[in-house]
Amino acid sequence: MLHATELLGSEAYDAQGNFVGRVKEFYLEPAEQGNRISRILFTRGKYQPLLARHDQIGFVAPGTIRLTVGEKELEPYQPNESWLAVRKDLLDQQIIDTHGRKVVRVNDLDMTEQRMNGNVELRIARVDVGLTGAVGRLLQGLASPAMIRKIQEKLPPRLIPWEFVNLIEPDPLRRVKLRLTSSKLAHMHPADLAELMEELSPDERSSVIATLDESAAAEVIAELDKRVKTQVLETLDTERAAGILEEMPPDDAADLLADLPAATSRELLRGMPQREADEVKGLLQFEGHTAGGMMTTEVVQVGEDATRGEVVDYIRFHDVPLDQLDTVILINTNAVFVGTVSVTRLMLAEKDQRMAALVNDPLVSIEPKADEKEVFELFDKYNLRSLTVVNSEQQPIGAITVDDIVSRMHAKLR
Amino acid sequence: MNWTDISARIEAWRSRGENARRRGRHWRRRLALFLAVVGPGLITSNVDNDAGGITTYSVVGAKFGYAMLWSLIPIAIALYVSEEMCARMGVVTGKGLSDLIREEFGFRSTFFVMVAGLGVDLANTVAEFAGVAASMQIFGVSKYIAVPLAAILVWVMVIRGTYRQVEKIFLVACVFYVSYIASAFLAKPDWLMAGRQMLIPHIQANAPYLLMLMGLIGTSIAPWQFFYLQAGYVEKRVGPRQYKQARADVLVGSISCMVIVFFIIVSTAATLHASGHTQINDAADAARALVPLAGKFAAGLFAFGLLNASLFAASILPLSTAHVICEGLGFEAGIDHKFRDARIFYGLYTGLIAAGAGIILIPKAPLLKILILSQVGNGIWLPIVLIFVLLLVNRRSLMGEYVNGRILNVVAWVISIAMIILTLALVYVSIFNPKAAGLG
Repeated sequence: MLHATELLGSEAYDAQGNFVGRVKEFYLEPAEQGNRISRILFTRGKYQPLLARHDQIGFVAPGTIRLTVGEKELEPYQPNESWLAVRKDLLDQQIIDTHGRKVVRVNDLDMTEQRMNGNVELRIARVDVGLTGAVGRLLQGLASPAMIRKIQEKLPPRLIPWEFVNLIEPDPLRRVKLRLTSSKLAHMHPADLAELMEELSPDERSSVIATLDESAAAEVIAELDKRVKTQVLETLDTERAAGILEEMPPDDAADLLADLPAATSRELLRGMPQREADEVKGLLQFEGHTAGGMMTTEVVQVGEDATRGEVVDYIRFHDVPLDQLDTVILINTNAVFVGTVSVTRLMLAEKDQRMAALVNDPLVSIEPKADEKEVFELFDKYNLRSLTVVNSEQQPIGAITVDDIVSRMHAKLR
Repeated sequence: MNWTDISARIEAWRSRGENARRRGRHWRRRLALFLAVVGPGLITSNVDNDAGGITTYSVVGAKFGYAMLWSLIPIAIALYVSEEMCARMGVVTGKGLSDLIREEFGFRSTFFVMVAGLGVDLANTVAEFAGVAASMQIFGVSKYIAVPLAAILVWVMVIRGTYRQVEKIFLVACVFYVSYIASAFLAKPDWLMAGRQMLIPHIQANAPYLLMLMGLIGTSIAPWQFFYLQAGYVEKRVGPRQYKQARADVLVGSISCMVIVFFIIVSTAATLHASGHTQINDAADAARALVPLAGKFAAGLFAFGLLNASLFAASILPLSTAHVICEGLGFEAGIDHKFRDARIFYGLYTGLIAAGAGIILIPKAPLLKILILSQVGNGIWLPIVLIFVLLLVNRRSLMGEYVNGRILNVVAWVISIAMIILTLALVYVSIFNPKAAGLG
């Protein structure tokens, strides 16, 4: 195993044994082979810097690199935006450890050698984010590489395998050229990703969101801290922001829009499909600290005469968000609220049982203008998981779910 | 009166109450929006008036009366210019100063800046606890009781509190600096004279005066405050859109800092200098000497101000140091982390407080030497940090259109070089002739 920082500054010699220069930089081509060092840059005083390709390298050790070709065959250095530079883009920069779910800073990179018909290919195997890398960096040039390694062996290592390393490239153009994908981040839970995004700078946060698809981005943004949430959304272009909002539950989307400047919020609403936009607009008219401002309109309403079988089919064949569904709202023929049925009761009921027979007691509902305090009190008093919000005609217009109560209580604690 | 009347009246009362509540909330929300940006600048500049600072200011007033007041305006400008650059970096990049140094200059530079910072900040922390000890002695409390209590108070507040709660306490501490204004008024100074000396520079070309001037500048602009300031804006998630508010925050902070310095100098100038008590060693001396001249109450206010400032700085300095070091070197940092996840951070924080308070408790500890040491440390560290700030703020890859303009760059470099020369001179004098520097 070789350390990148040991190799930087090494002397390089060509096939004839002529000094070519010192190693200045390693380049990866993420678009080609993710972890292979595709080129090495050598500099020598005022001479033209040279690049060696991966198939021109014959021997690599700390301090010395030998090439399989003569100096003349090396290409002169030209900057290339689609190459990822080890020293400039990786060392000392922050990356996301998708396995450990943390933002960490790169101290060093561990490389393996692979022999390929007569030459040596370097591949990045792991990223060192612990004390071992730090001490190595510090002692470099002051102690011999052998001694540094001896000291490092005594320290607890913190290494992240390359497959769990997610790079953060804030520049959108460069990101496209590097073809960085989000496949690694997609495995993380949105809440975990949201939490670690708080540690990044605004540009870096936008870059993470940019690599996610709209529904994943919506889930992550919904979990972000309020201030961060609006900042992230403001950096996106209108079309994408509207697309992300559309994917969010309407109550989350409304909360988010309420925190944005009025002009931005109107523009985003125009970018959303009519139906979703109307739903969100309906919610936006309520103040944030009222029952109306807390509720979602994504609820399941059924007639009280429906049977259990009909309701289950309804849930099965309609686009109902299942994650938060634990209560079904019952209405009579005048669309007036008559009670709720918990999903547990629904599950245990007979197929042809009428919904009216399954009603949970007590019958509680709240008007949209009620203060959040009243909402908290009702949830506490009746141990609710969901509270139906009704208009002046007693018709259900939405529901407040327990997850929103928990987030608000948590926000108050902080 | 029938029932409908009564219920109508109750309804009217209720809606009146509702309106008042809503107005109250509205007002609170506006204040919250304002405070969402304001804070780092105000807090940083005020922490700057810490135990060492107050000592220097009282000595300045006692020795030279009003004659050095004019320098506060140029100092305020230098403070503003240097802090504004850090604020701008925090707002634009969303990263702390140590993060930027690490990303742009590599591991080793960062490490040495951090280690130097740790040493300097430890000396400063000791100085803060010395301030606690001195002020409590005036109130008749032994340092063996006051210092451990203060250390525990500070430690618990930061460990148990969340960032927002802690910041609120800090903002309240800023308000307590008003005690110096009250103390100055009680001293019945010659306001006309003070005003004239404030606006018209009088440079006396003698060694003690110039050395004192250097000391004044050296204590007013401390290097660690740049890290704290920048981190403050990052932590509050202030973005480029709120840059104007952030700049205003820095401006208000720099001015309010110098206003407090003005009143401290005035209160000792009006009493100690006017009555010939020009030889005082520290702020506690000044408070004691104030008793017969301006009354017990004024002296008490003066001592209370010192206590507040020392406690304030003793909470922020170790916290900021632990943050900066962990961020720069890539360890988990922040009081929102659990102890288990951020051992090095909490270890550093606790260690700084324990060592800072512990050194004060050693009988016959050379406190004056430590105070000088902390100033020397600041003097050595300041140029390094300032140069990093200037290099970073001019990188277009980081700052984009927010790099320094040409005029600002000239001003910033001139100020920085002037400060570097002055602080290096102060370091030289502090080491070889501490008495002349007004510290002995």
